[in-house]
Parts: sequence; structure tokens; C-alpha cells
Amino acid sequence: MNVNKKMTNKSDYLVKLENAGIYKSSKWLVRGVSLEVSKGQIVTLIGPNGSGKTTTAKMVLNILRSDEGSVKRNTNRVAYVPQKVNVDWTLPLRVFDFMKITGDISKLEMIENLKLTGVEDLIYADLKNLSGGEFQRVLIARAIAKKPELLILDEPVQGVDFNGEIALYNLIKSISDSLNCGILLISHDIHFVMSSTDHVICLNGHICCSGSPSSVAKNPAYIDLFGEHTASTLSLYKHHHDHSHGTDGGIEK
Amino acid sequence: MFDDFFVRALVAGIGVAIVTGPLGCFVIWRRLAYFGDTLSHSALLGVTLAFSFSINISLSVFFVSGIIALLLLSLQKRTKLPGDALLGLLAHSSIAVGLVLIGFLTFIRFDIMGLLFGDILSVTINDIFIIWCGGSLILIILYYIWSSLFAATVNYDLAAAEGMKPDRSNIIFTLLLAGVIAISIKMIGVLLITGLLLIPPALARNLSNNPTQMVFLSILGGVASVVLGLFSSLEFNTASGPTIIVVALVLFILSMLAPNLDSKLKK
Repeated sequence: MNVNKKMTNKSDYLVKLENAGIYKSSKWLVRGVSLEVSKGQIVTLIGPNGSGKTTTAKMVLNILRSDEGSVKRNTNRVAYVPQKVNVDWTLPLRVFDFMKITGDISKLEMIENLKLTGVEDLIYADLKNLSGGEFQRVLIARAIAKKPELLILDEPVQGVDFNGEIALYNLIKSISDSLNCGILLISHDIHFVMSSTDHVICLNGHICCSGSPSSVAKNPAYIDLFGEHTASTLSLYKHHHDHSHGTDGGIEK
Repeated sequence: MFDDFFVRALVAGIGVAIVTGPLGCFVIWRRLAYFGDTLSHSALLGVTLAFSFSINISLSVFFVSGIIALLLLSLQKRTKLPGDALLGLLAHSSIAVGLVLIGFLTFIRFDIMGLLFGDILSVTINDIFIIWCGGSLILIILYYIWSSLFAATVNYDLAAAEGMKPDRSNIIFTLLLAGVIAISIKMIGVLLITGLLLIPPALARNLSNNPTQMVFLSILGGVASVVLGLFSSLEFNTASGPTIIVVALVLFILSMLAPNLDSKLKK
């Protein structure tokens, strides 16, 4: 499906799932997932609630062991922005301490990365006093500061204000270029998914459809899952553009 | 100036407080207060076994508490019972088994009050040796697993995802907790050891805004409780273990007043 990547070395992928699935409490949370993330590529998972997006991300991260199929990873430089982080209030933790929890970084690096997400003023703030949006920004800054090869973002902009959302998505896009890292993104933002990602996987307990954003948008399974409404939003969106994207992120006139 | 036993009690007590401080912080952060209780209650069984087979008390307590702790970790994965029910099950059955065993040991004169509340004033040179060597070992191991354990405490998924091996450090931490109970059981007793694990970090929480500060303040609070507690117990002729905990409680109440003072100053 990806001509450029297939031409190069086969072990080029950062992570590769083959027919992977998780079985829990006598049912399959997700099954038959095959996906691949390579350097410089943004792969997005979309799907309704409970469709196994987070579970799939956790398989990629080796937090959950797949009960069937295989998960192969070529890198250990991984950073993760979880969907939910509840820091117990009994733990006094400033942004400064939180930035260092899985690896020491210098204060300069810390400030630099917090600046990227616009929260450098909060460096000594108590984590429990942050708003939801501020906390997301800190989470993203922390992940980026690790300079990962593989970055996994689980709904990274939830609770962020509208302008901030656009800025953060732009940041994520630019990170994938500047660090040349592979990104696996779980997102509900159809516009970003369709405009800036290389490969879309539509999940609903299994892979409904996958491919380049434009091909997924036309897929009947996708329209079934998200309804005519989304499809029309998309066509409206596409109406304003004179190009579509290839799987490598390039522009196809 | 001091009688010899009093100096020994001070040295032993300070040693214990230095170790319970950092471990107690994790007990609070990870909400393991009741877990600490279960481990210390199971220590009763450990002490009984030590008397039956005439082996070292600390060693036997460490083994029994360690086994109970590992049992709990594996039971949590296998049964449908919630964690607190499992803790209660293990705590009370090990107390019961311990007490039944004591009943059989009629040939030994057994100071059960000393066991429950500790007898810090009967500490021997040998006990001091165990406390300081065991304590140093516990702190060294804690130092090595610190970052992994801390990451796992903040967020398990994050730690697991970014290669911090949270499961391994969780198990090691549990064994360290069994270790700290083993070295301090003779001094402070089965019923009160969780108090020394919890109260100094609790008062430190009131005064600190970052984890390092909290750890050092809880060591300080623990040492202050031990020193003031021992002097008071000598002065008022009260049991040493409970007096130490009462002093810790008073310090905790004082620390509750501190943040108010702080916010008033800021206004």
C-alpha cells in the first residue's frame, strides 16, 4: 500500500502489529489488528467509543500483551501521552518533577519543550492545580522532550481550547518532521486526521477499513460507522481543497 | 547522663525512623496504608515461628511478611475479590494462626504486650546492628529502584510504556516493606508500626510541594517523633511505642496549622 516504504528495507517499520488482539473477561476487546508505523509517518486510529483504540495503543506500547497475533517493535525510544492520568493528590508533584519521571532532562530542555506547548510559565505549578487543557499541554511537552522515535498520542488535545487545539495539532505535525519520528495518534478530530495524517485506520473492535485519508472517507464501512453527517462534513471540507493526500503524506493533484 | 538502655533505644529508634520515612511516603502515595497493616499483623505469625524454631525474629518476620505480600500480589490477579477484602482475609487469618500457635507454645514465656506495642527499651546491641544494617540495605535498594517505582506510582501505563519496568519495582517495593516491618517490629510493635510508617509522611505532606521535600521532611518528622517520644516516655513513665506515635500525632496536628499560616502570610 505504501510504495515508498516498500522499496526500502523491510525492517524499516518502528512497530508492526500482525493480526493482534486482546481477549479479556470472555470477549475480544479488539481483534485482527494489523498496522505498521514507520519513521516520519503519522498513523491515526479513529473509531467510536469502546472500539478498541486505546487497547490497540497499549498493545503497541507493550503495556498489554496481545493474546493472538504478533507485535514487533524496532525501537525502545518510545514516548506516550495517555488518555487519562490521575495523579493522586497525596503526591506533591510539580510540572518540574513530572517532566522528569521517566528520564532525567535538563531544565533548559524542559523549558524549551514546555514553550512549544505554551505552558512554560507553569513549570513550578502544582500538577493538581492545572486545568484539563493545561495538563494535556504538559503531557505533550513531556513526551516530546523525550525525543522519541515512536510517539503514541491518545486523544492528546482533549480539553484544550479551540485555538490551542489547532496549534497543538500543528505542533504534532511539525514534530513528526523535525524528530523524524513515527506517530500513532488516536483522535476524534476528523479535519486533522483527514488533512495531516498519512494513514487512517478505522476501528470498531476490528479494522473496518484503512488506507489513505481520502480513500477511508469514501469507504462505505466508514460512512456506516460515522454516519452520513460526517461524510458530508468531509465532502464539504474536501470541496475547499484541490488536492488529496497519498499515504506518504505527499500531495496528489 | 543517660542510662545505657536509653541510648540504645534512641539509636535504634532513629535508625527505624530514617527507613520508615521514605517507604512511608510510597505507602501514602500508593494508598497502601491497609496493606502495611496486613503485613505487620502477619508479623505476629512470624514472631511465633521465630520462637518455635528459635531463629532470629527479624529474619522470620521478613519471610512470613514477604510470603504474605507475594501471596497477596498473586491473589489479586486470580480472584474476583477486591483488594481490601483480600487484605482483611490475610491480615486476620495470619493473626489468628499466630495466636493459636502461641497457645501451643506453653513452654515459652511470651510477652504479648511487648509484641503488640513494642518494647523499645529492651533493645540490644544485636538489635541495633540488625536495624542499621538492614535499614541501610533497604535504603540502598530503594535508591536503585527509586525512579522506576516513582514513575509507576505516578502512572503505571506511562511507566510501562516508557520502559521503566513497573512490575519489577512493585514487587521489590513490597519486599522492602516487609523488610522494614521486620526490623522495626521489636521496637514499635505489631499494632503501631503502620503508625510510624504513615504519620510522619502525612505531616510532611502538609508542609511540602514536591516529592523530595516530602521524603526528607518525613524522615525529619519520624526522627523527631522518636526522640521526643522516648524522652517523654522516660519523663512520664509511659510505654515507649505508643508515646512515640502520640508525639507523631501532635506533630501532625501542628503541621495542619502550618499551611493556613502560609496562606495568611501570602494575603
